[in-house]
Amino acid sequence: MTPTSRPVSRRGLLTGGALAAGGTVVGAAAVATTRGEPAGRPPERPPTAGVGEAVEPFHGVRQAGIATEPQAHAAFVAFTLRPGTDRGALGRLLRLLSDDAARLTQGRPALADTEPELGLLPARLTVTFGFGPGLFTAAGLDDRRPPSVVDLPAFPIDRLQPRWSGGDLLVQLCADDPLTVAHAQRVLVKDTRPFATVRWVQQGFRRAAGAEPGRTQRNLFSQLDGTANPKPGTPVETAVWIADGPDWLRDGTTLVVRRISMNLETWDLLGRTDRELAVGRRLDSGAPLTGTREHDEPDFAALGPDGLTVISDFSHLTRAHVTDDRFRILRRPYNYDGVPAADGTADSGLIFAAYQADIATQFLPIQRRLAERDLLNEWTTPIGSAVFAVPPGCPEGGWVGQQLLD
Amino acid sequence: MPSLLPRRALRPAVLFTGAALIVSLAACGSSGTESSTTPTPSATASTAATVEAGALGVRDPWVKAADEGMTAAFATFVNDSDTDVTITGAATEISPMELHEMAMANGKMVMRAKQGGVMVKARSEYKLEPGGDHLMLMDLAKPVRAGDELTFTLSFADGRTQTFRAVAKPFTGAQESYAPGHGEPMPDMPTSHSPAP
Repeated sequence: MTPTSRPVSRRGLLTGGALAAGGTVVGAAAVATTRGEPAGRPPERPPTAGVGEAVEPFHGVRQAGIATEPQAHAAFVAFTLRPGTDRGALGRLLRLLSDDAARLTQGRPALADTEPELGLLPARLTVTFGFGPGLFTAAGLDDRRPPSVVDLPAFPIDRLQPRWSGGDLLVQLCADDPLTVAHAQRVLVKDTRPFATVRWVQQGFRRAAGAEPGRTQRNLFSQLDGTANPKPGTPVETAVWIADGPDWLRDGTTLVVRRISMNLETWDLLGRTDRELAVGRRLDSGAPLTGTREHDEPDFAALGPDGLTVISDFSHLTRAHVTDDRFRILRRPYNYDGVPAADGTADSGLIFAAYQADIATQFLPIQRRLAERDLLNEWTTPIGSAVFAVPPGCPEGGWVGQQLLD
Repeated sequence: MPSLLPRRALRPAVLFTGAALIVSLAACGSSGTESSTTPTPSATASTAATVEAGALGVRDPWVKAADEGMTAAFATFVNDSDTDVTITGAATEISPMELHEMAMANGKMVMRAKQGGVMVKARSEYKLEPGGDHLMLMDLAKPVRAGDELTFTLSFADGRTQTFRAVAKPFTGAQESYAPGHGEPMPDMPTSHSPAP
């Protein structure tokens, strides 16, 4: 079917039956391929390494993206519901978003995806939904909001900015590929647009997939961050997942997102010894100052040659220390690194995401101790804060939040 | 119009047939068999999951959310049988409907009612998509809100009917001119029918 074909040959095509049409189509496809425009075919999967094609489940009793081994990239997207987005509208919204998530996490383009090629490499994409206090109000379900899912009390160390705080609906997108995260964010934001406005987006990163398998995340102060996380298995079960309560909350959890600005300029003024004293751990191994390996138990009673405890009573390690799994939190943080000011002042910090069964008995006691006295407060400032109930997962054909909103 | 431009009016039909064949060839190629229009067992199994009871399988149905006026519904219809199936009409409660095609007329892409219905050939797929053929809702009696589910009924040439449900998506892409006077020129429309995936 070249441009010079005469009408008669086209007419022959029309009557020539499937065989002739098939032969011509093959020819057309070959021409198209040489132009780099595959015609009429589903997008081909390019040869890829394991990272791009790796898949995390979406459907299940619990939402993914919580106990999931943290991916390299994340976007936390918080929405403000538009006036009039009621319980019925929230149901429609969560159906759409759950369908987007179910497809994209499995490497399938979203329904009506305008960039379907970007949906083919999930790279362990997870999409996790959280409900802020305002969502319960909008749905007329204030009585079903877990009591501790409410703005955290003000702490003296806080310098919270509205642009990083609050939110009626949270979507946490995590994947080992930043392009996958960007596309998923775009798809879900588009589907949310009739129901809500974007309140804030926090994008963060860790080491690339496979760069340091199994290692604790390192923040931009170079500290290992999350050493004290509950271990997989019973400890995580106890600390994170809600075991009883109403249907819509069982196998759910809660999420606190705090944006912690880290002052790299004043941190630079510290020598290594002072930095390690502030943390209570060695920067290289993450070992407590009384130990040699990351997961050694700290000895808070050990005294140094000067008669003082080796680990300061005011170190971050001491103040954050929890021994009982029931009171631990699952830290799943991501680093952020904005654009430096003209004079080079960094805009860096941590998107501190903590999952726990109950904010009041797990998160708040730790946060109070840190706010009261933690040497690290000298160099860190909470500038954003938001709190969400995280409903359980959904089965195939279901949608997240169905038990609450349907 | 067909009497004025017989060859051009027919051309889209040829292209659709071609697109369907390419899909089946690609499927066979990926499963490692020689080029053939007969699907392999694995190809059949992969589409079977999406095929509903009825004349056609309906894959990924959706409708464009709209407050009023016109909108359009899309899906991929899968004919897994050995006989061609001709769709002669579509209906939904909230609007009169037409089968529409994008076609070349006077060198321009235009949208218009598809004469004689739509044939989905045996063992092939027929894809409706923005910028291409679609099921047109001509005059909404009430808004189609994002996340709403609409029920559509397809009628076939042999008198059978089939229903399917489609969810409404917010969508601004591939904006067609939905002017009722068919034959309006389409600004910036691609002249190829190569479907996006």
